[in-house]
Amino acid sequence: MTETALPKPIPVTVLTGYLGAGKTTLLNRILTDNHGKKYAVIVNEFGEIGIDNDLIVESDEEIYEMNNGCICCTVRGDLIRVVEGLMRRPGRFDAIIVETTGLADPVPVAQTFFMDDDVRQKTELDAVVALVDAKHLPLRLKDSREAEDQIAFADVVLINKTDLVSPEELARIEATVRVINPSARIHRTTRSEIDLSKVLDQGAFNLERALENDPHFLDHDHPDHVCGPDCGHDHHHHGHDHDHDHHHHDHDHHHHDHDHDHDHHHHDHGVSPIHDVTVQSISLRGGEMNPDRFFPWIQKITQTDGPNILRLKGIIAFAGDDERYVVQGVHMIVEGDHQRAWKDGETRESRLVFIGRDLDREKIERTFKACEAQKA
Amino acid sequence: MPTVAPLDLDGHVVAAAFLGDVPFFATASGAIHRLDHGEKVTEAHDGLLACIRDEASGTLITGGEDGKVQRIAADGTATLLAEVPRKWISIVAAGPQGAVGFAEGRTARVRLADGTIKEFAESRSVEGIAFAPKGLRIGVARYNGASLHWVAMAGQPVDLEWKGAHTGITFSPDGRFVVTSMQENALHGWKLDTKPGAETRHMRMTGYPAKVKSLSWSVKGKWLASSGAPAAIVWPFSAKDGPMGKPPLELGTRADVMVTCVACHPAEEVVAIGYSDGMVLAARFADSREVLLRRPGKGAVTSLAWSGNGKLLAFASEAGDCGVIDLAG
Repeated sequence: MTETALPKPIPVTVLTGYLGAGKTTLLNRILTDNHGKKYAVIVNEFGEIGIDNDLIVESDEEIYEMNNGCICCTVRGDLIRVVEGLMRRPGRFDAIIVETTGLADPVPVAQTFFMDDDVRQKTELDAVVALVDAKHLPLRLKDSREAEDQIAFADVVLINKTDLVSPEELARIEATVRVINPSARIHRTTRSEIDLSKVLDQGAFNLERALENDPHFLDHDHPDHVCGPDCGHDHHHHGHDHDHDHHHHDHDHHHHDHDHDHDHHHHDHGVSPIHDVTVQSISLRGGEMNPDRFFPWIQKITQTDGPNILRLKGIIAFAGDDERYVVQGVHMIVEGDHQRAWKDGETRESRLVFIGRDLDREKIERTFKACEAQKA
Repeated sequence: MPTVAPLDLDGHVVAAAFLGDVPFFATASGAIHRLDHGEKVTEAHDGLLACIRDEASGTLITGGEDGKVQRIAADGTATLLAEVPRKWISIVAAGPQGAVGFAEGRTARVRLADGTIKEFAESRSVEGIAFAPKGLRIGVARYNGASLHWVAMAGQPVDLEWKGAHTGITFSPDGRFVVTSMQENALHGWKLDTKPGAETRHMRMTGYPAKVKSLSWSVKGKWLASSGAPAAIVWPFSAKDGPMGKPPLELGTRADVMVTCVACHPAEEVVAIGYSDGMVLAARFADSREVLLRRPGKGAVTSLAWSGNGKLLAFASEAGDCGVIDLAG
């Protein structure tokens, strides 16, 4: 009797973005580009995908709340069934792409890949990619929470249709995206034109790879985070020194210096005043942590504030531990693992970012600090 | 000593079933193999998702990625029963009088023997269909419960509510109970023979470490066997209130290997148990005695089927290593 080795999990890319943001164009690119890979695509409607591909599966978005007393645990029931079917014949494709409807909340899609044992066993969430229509983002943020959620939740954001806006508008759009999600990789595109290696096979949810690929995680001036030509790069203290319900202003350095806008609720910055950002991010930095304090802390915070936490990601340095510990979460789900040994000369510090709503910055910062190991 | 006649197929095998004494094996690619004086093949689908046996007519009913619902006769002939272009048909059910149930999205359909198709729209996705043992009636598993529809009569369905996602459904052979499997590693049951107006009787069957994907009623419906644990979990249903307040039997317990499939013997109180490592056992309810029928193989057991006389047991696996076990040896 021979034991068959466990097959490598199939990577899954989730594509979000408002109607008209360019998802179909990107999908068509993925399906026709000569990259030598085959994709199974799960769409809500065949719509305009004019590609003859028998691995395009139409599926009705079906969100199930898990009956486990956790109000934010939701899964896409239809995906469970479709993925199960697809995975019975895995030789047909190299990866799966899930396209969501414009209004879709990306969370249930992502949670499906954590919550359902069968799906989790055979697949691996690779990245959530959000397409943003540069022209219409301000309007979208005004009239819906979904557009903001999609950006907040993404690992990769494509600011598309950049040809339709001025460089100033574009810089402002990018600053807005950056405020909503400081850890996403941002790319500017027209007609969804992008090197697919920047979209597919990102390993963003893979604890081993997520931070390996992104060595400057939480350093907002690293080259992956494309900034506008006139961008002042004044990003470093963003997210650290403000505590109020608007968080986009600290990037709006074209019109503001970022010291004046604490606690103001409406500010006017010309062409497209985007005062509808409700997502906040809290970037934490600390020294070496005491695991006996850190783990109960992260458990507690995700239990009590889970519904308000969209994503959390971090690298933790534990006192007396030679390896970096990486942690990430979606709502109440938290996962962590040792990633690799600390390198010589690497600063052994702990960094953690929370993206969510109604988070108590002061409390989170204070309690995070309290997890630090006592200096000898 | 039981003997095993292996049949190695390519890829995932969705179902094994007997039509007469001929074992059939339905592969996920859509080819249906049968061992009838040699191996024969029917190409039924471009991607097969579901395959069940229609007891009444001695045929198989299949659904596929090609949107087709097919009937496969004992000689391997395929007859197209229905087609929903571009939709996956992963749910099929067989009923009385040649009726066949199937579903895609939020619509359950029943095709009657004369070709008429009745539609039953649900507000949420249909996750499972089963025919009631008496009368032309279907039960539909859905989010937050199940709906019971009379096929011939237009009218409001009976809604059986229970919070959560219900992913499969079965009626007890005497029609007194309906049981659903759930997304949350549990079964839920409703007692159907309560007096009109009486309070709904619920049965919560929980404690499974994994999702329950295989259910099988024992002879005369006295027990319901289930997968989803490192043992076959067998609930007693012969009492008036079914398993309420009673513990289940746990048969064929293994330390760290999950039961993936169960099939009760057609005449004896014995269940065949398939595991995630490909092992197959038979266990007797009365004394929990076990007999090893097949050693571990290449992949999890996906399906088990007894021949009508209960002397042969066909098994299918997700790695394609199938076979027929002759209990007489």
